[in-house]
Amino acid sequence: MSELDDFRAEVAAWLEANRPPEPDFLLPETFMEVGTDRQFEYLRDWQRKVYEAGYLGMAWPKAYGGGGQPQVMQDIVNAEMARLKVPFVPNTIGLNWAGPLILAIGTEAEKQKYIPGILSAEDIWCQGFSEPDNGSDLAAATTRAVRDGDDWILNGSKIWTSLGTYAKYMILLARTNPDAENRYAGLSYFLAPMDVPGVDVQPIRKLTGEYGFTQTFFTDARIPGDCLMGREGEGWQIAMQTLTFERSVAGGQAGGLSMNAVGVQDVLELARRVKRDGRPAIEDPIIRDELVKFLIEEQGDRLCGARARHPALISERPGAIAMSGKLRGTEHKRRLLQFAITLQGANGARWVGDERAERGGLWQRSYFNAFSATIGGGTSQVQANIVGERVLGLPKD
Amino acid sequence: MTAVKLKATMTFSEEQSMLLDTATEFFRSKSPTSVVRDLMLSEDGYDDAVWREMVDLGWSGLAIPEACGGSDLGLAAAVTIAEPMGRWLSATPWLSTQLFVQGVLAADDALRSACLPAVAEGAIGTVALCEVDGDWDLEAAGLTLRETGSQAALSGTKTFVLNADAADFLLISGNLEGAPALAVLDRESLPAGALHRETLIDDTRRSFELILDGVQVPDDRLIRGERALTALSRIRNAALLLISAESAGGIAGALEVIVEYLNTRTAFGRKIGSYQGLKHPTVDILIGLERTRSHVYHAASLIEAGESEEAIDVALRMAKAQASEAFAFAGDRAIQFHGGFGFTWECDAQLYLKRALWAQYAFGDAIHHRRHLAEALL
Ligand SMILES: Cc1cc2nc3c(=O)[nH]c(=O)nc-3n(C[C@H](O)[C@H](O)[C@H](O)COP(=O)(O)OP(=O)(O)OC[C@H]3O[C@@H](n4cnc5c(N)ncnc54)[C@H](O)[C@@H]3O)c2cc1C
Repeated sequence: MSELDDFRAEVAAWLEANRPPEPDFLLPETFMEVGTDRQFEYLRDWQRKVYEAGYLGMAWPKAYGGGGQPQVMQDIVNAEMARLKVPFVPNTIGLNWAGPLILAIGTEAEKQKYIPGILSAEDIWCQGFSEPDNGSDLAAATTRAVRDGDDWILNGSKIWTSLGTYAKYMILLARTNPDAENRYAGLSYFLAPMDVPGVDVQPIRKLTGEYGFTQTFFTDARIPGDCLMGREGEGWQIAMQTLTFERSVAGGQAGGLSMNAVGVQDVLELARRVKRDGRPAIEDPIIRDELVKFLIEEQGDRLCGARARHPALISERPGAIAMSGKLRGTEHKRRLLQFAITLQGANGARWVGDERAERGGLWQRSYFNAFSATIGGGTSQVQANIVGERVLGLPKD
Repeated sequence: MTAVKLKATMTFSEEQSMLLDTATEFFRSKSPTSVVRDLMLSEDGYDDAVWREMVDLGWSGLAIPEACGGSDLGLAAAVTIAEPMGRWLSATPWLSTQLFVQGVLAADDALRSACLPAVAEGAIGTVALCEVDGDWDLEAAGLTLRETGSQAALSGTKTFVLNADAADFLLISGNLEGAPALAVLDRESLPAGALHRETLIDDTRRSFELILDGVQVPDDRLIRGERALTALSRIRNAALLLISAESAGGIAGALEVIVEYLNTRTAFGRKIGSYQGLKHPTVDILIGLERTRSHVYHAASLIEAGESEEAIDVALRMAKAQASEAFAFAGDRAIQFHGGFGFTWECDAQLYLKRALWAQYAFGDAIHHRRHLAEALL
């Protein structure tokens, strides 16, 4: 116990001492909003520094650049990074989705080739699941991969590709057999290089005016045969396994922080500062009631995490907490940020760049960016279907 | 900055886990809704044979020290009984007895020895705290206790006294020279005509108004001074914890009824559970259940760990606020999702909604506790 406390203190001291200086440009709020080279370089340097200090991939095997230490130590680092509000580490798709997937089911060669670069931020990863016409209904994906000798030839398009501009690799779901007995069996999974001819990446502007995701076009793009992960036709299962890491239903992530941590305490601080009817908003009884509701909810979700570690306290529906985590957490945050704007009264209408905007318009931008988590990775509506059907056993739509 | 630092403590022992399993099986078999409905119509409101079994299992004396014949497992263990009890809507004098025990635990040795061994053997206890104005402030009792010689005379009326007709002991709050005090009354010292049954929204409960004008208690039956304040705070803590735990069970019960119907009833050629208008709110009920259980077992863990009064108070109020709203929502949706059948006496949905409303208004509703939380946290 006290050893871990010592470790926590050591981590906190290191983070305080090594936190990068405030940049003179606006930092993105999540790995999904990395839109300029300056932002990217700043965050990549930070990840490298955190990794070199031994605070990333602590529980991953030493053989591939990990720390070979207990998960609880990485958990402490993650919590301290959030608490001290240091910048996030940008290679989230590699660290927390592709990486654990490769460690779980990859070949020895795949582990050796990909894991070290994921940790050091040398190799940025992106995810090519969604398509212009197929998002929530992922199994309808039409991007084609056709065998040609030892290689695969890709044609089609992926969209909303976060970090698409900077990625060296993509986890790609593509159709290898349009005539398979069912649509799931026709899909395969690739660890695809982005730096081959025929891959074209076009930035897409977001509602905040920023960049960060792309549309990725494949035109006769040739990738080597060993990019296929698992066997041909196993793409759907592997994609579903990826989503268990992405939605934190399964553990094994490298860790770190993938977005700015905003919590109720930050909104309380705002409520003390902004005024309503000439008095701090935090003195308004109705606002106080709303703030306490958010506190109860935030604490409830935190306690769900603690309860999930006791099998006897989740025995009736073992998956309920993990599988509802994304839905609970992202919707809570979206509503909290919406409320943070409401607190500001007339000034709630200001936007980034306005000199009178609260904290430079951070709240407005954060609220908009909160949709990235209620839409990306499976929308809240689709998450509610999944929880209803898989946890409660309700009939499909 | 917030005064109370919120922690994420969660402990659950092997022993608690076994108790939870045993109690779950017990109430599942003893309290199907057919039995609940029979008891609703009965005079006593509970089955004495089931109550005796609970006593024999040691559940009555869970929180009573070994020296007084109990098993000294504390309130955290009591949660594992309360939750399944709420799930199967079982009504016994267990809850009122636990609140009585918590109050008497603050008394001196003599009074503890006079009551608790009997309770461990099956005597029934209850607490009389509320008054006609329905105020939830337990320290503001208007009933007066006046000392005359070695006796105290009571004057006033109490309301919402659970199982008063069955109780062997009643713990009554009042004020003695302007300060909170409590008196333990035996059933025999209640004058004829003192008890009036109240008609509650939840037919599974037996609740009484108690007119106590002129009742006398011996001095050694009084709890006063610091001990009285401790007694009231212990009762309140236990009530918030156990009613929230019962509510967590109640949400799970309502959810089960809803899921069952959503998987059987069809409309427009489809199972109604396939409609997202029903499916998604049902997921919200599940989320309410998960958050409630987490708050409840956390509060129990803090009590077990002997955390500060402030920290325990915050955790309990959060649990009660969360439980109240989530249970009321589950009960409300349970009616709606059964359509016309949901509107009937026969449909079990009503049982949960009514229990939820009783639970919400016992010992403070969500708004009340959030106001106190705002004082502690903002
Ligand atoms: C910021 C951001 C970053 C992203 N990054 C990536 C990335 O890196 N890689 C990647 O592959 N994808 C990424 N996505 C895409 C994301 O996964 C999809 O947008 C998402 O799965 C929804 O698909 P869609 O956009 O096609 O919406 P649609 O599927 O067209 O949905 C439209 C609306 O219909 C609702 N809906 C759809 N189906 C149902 C249903 N069965 N029941 C009820 N409602 C339904 C949805 O909830 C939504 O409200 C990102 C998205 C965002 C916003």
